[in-house]
Amino acid sequence: MRGTVLSVSRVAALTGNTFTDLVRQKVFYFLLLFALVVIGNSAFVAKLSFQEEFQMLKDVALGAMSVFLGLLAILTTAMLLPRDLEERTIFTILSKPVPRHEYLLGKLLGVLLILLLSALVMGVLFLGVLLLTEQRVLTEAGFAFAGSPGELDAALAEVRRSAFTWDLLPAMTVILAKSCLLAALTLMVSTIATSGIFTILVSLSVYFIGHLQVTAREYWLSGVGISWATRLFTAFVALLFPDLQAFNLSDDVVAGLPLPMDLFWQTLALGAAYIAVYYAFAALLFQQREL
Amino acid sequence: MGTLPFSVRRLLLLPALALFGAILLPWQIRLQQCGAKAGFCAVPLTLGLREQLGQSGFLAALSGFRAPLAAILWIEAHGAWEKTEWGRMAALFDTVTTLQPRTPLYWDMAAWHMAWNASASTLMDTRQQSEALRERAARQYVLLGRDLLERGIRNNPQNYQLRDTLGRLARDKEGDHAAAADAFSGAAACPGAPAYLKRFAAYESSLAPGREREAYGKLLRLHREGGARNAPTLLARLRELEEKLRIPEDQRIGREEANPAGKTP
Repeated sequence: MRGTVLSVSRVAALTGNTFTDLVRQKVFYFLLLFALVVIGNSAFVAKLSFQEEFQMLKDVALGAMSVFLGLLAILTTAMLLPRDLEERTIFTILSKPVPRHEYLLGKLLGVLLILLLSALVMGVLFLGVLLLTEQRVLTEAGFAFAGSPGELDAALAEVRRSAFTWDLLPAMTVILAKSCLLAALTLMVSTIATSGIFTILVSLSVYFIGHLQVTAREYWLSGVGISWATRLFTAFVALLFPDLQAFNLSDDVVAGLPLPMDLFWQTLALGAAYIAVYYAFAALLFQQREL
Repeated sequence: MGTLPFSVRRLLLLPALALFGAILLPWQIRLQQCGAKAGFCAVPLTLGLREQLGQSGFLAALSGFRAPLAAILWIEAHGAWEKTEWGRMAALFDTVTTLQPRTPLYWDMAAWHMAWNASASTLMDTRQQSEALRERAARQYVLLGRDLLERGIRNNPQNYQLRDTLGRLARDKEGDHAAAADAFSGAAACPGAPAYLKRFAAYESSLAPGREREAYGKLLRLHREGGARNAPTLLARLRELEEKLRIPEDQRIGREEANPAGKTP
């Protein structure tokens, strides 16, 4: 077993262990907060016009999903290594024939599983509220236009167009991909960090700066009329930080833009590239870290 | 890298990340171009927006939370509407539309609130005793609504609803039939536009001085297309224009059978 590059059964055991451990830490409680935001928001905006109501519901729910998944990814991953070191479980695991890169992969996959499950619950909750709201608005429209069948058809079509669109599903998948990227990045930072707080602070900073990476990149590449120091700084930001703005497709999807499938797949592929490389760096760094 | 001590490896992380960033750069640019082609592109954050949002709001916008922030400000604007605080409402609309310029609903509703609700409320506001001043304030709100729609159209050129609302504003609030006709024509040319917009464009052309012949041509075409387009208003306008333009009897509607070629004067 020791000679193999990667043992699926060992990684699966570590993944399951990490997942169970995170569930025991009651990380799913934050889903209650998400439910509160979505249901509370839908109740609050019920007095607006139905187009506004759907717009608010989708904007707030997808925004909350992005925040909660991002925070969950950073906070849970940042505490993985410090907790294992503090409880000394890492020594028990690594004293067995478990290579360090497998240990890290198991940890990362455990977090990704938590993120996937959370995204699924949030997605179902959001779509459930959206569909219930749609049904309510359709019923109201049915009463309002009962006397004129022609106008009723147009009104019902308008309500359906404003509510659920299939593009919401890939938009939510991209939000999940961004949170997975953040988990991999946090894992990489935690391999060189000496405390969980340091990892959280660095990861949150990368989160903020990552949304500005595209601005820095454009400024750097345009290169007109900027000093060498500014150019150096923008190049530093553009090259070192992930382009998190590329994963912000939901704003335009909610506004009604159809999401082209090639853009969706390319964005997911970019996310997968970031995750793979951050994991590879984490494994390399963790290989000779003194524990 | 296998024999390097941990401290050296840690230092090498930055150049390694930069190298990875450099490799990804062409991909990121290609992805950005692909997104921009489909209408998915980052809206620039300006210093003006920083002043509008305040520091924490600007930070939220920087962190990718533009849409929820815009939604919260929209709800706040709704609260201002209930209290008829039109000035605050206009400022909030300006911020929301700057945050989310590619959401036509925000432009449309903001323009409606300004040009219809705020202007009508101002006209009836007896706290201002001068009628002239009330009318001037009402006109300014209509202009604000027009400005919102024009900016909305610049940001969403393919959206028919904004052009439709601009047409209604020109027709109902400004009495400018020529501008209304142009707006409705523009709306009718947008993807997914409903059929009534062509009819509205023709009606408004028929009321715009000097555009009667153009209107007659449009209305006649719609009449010949038949079906639901032969609304009573369409027929009435056509008959009015026939009188006005002195169309020969044998070419008037209802007599096309006598003139199957349907020659338009």
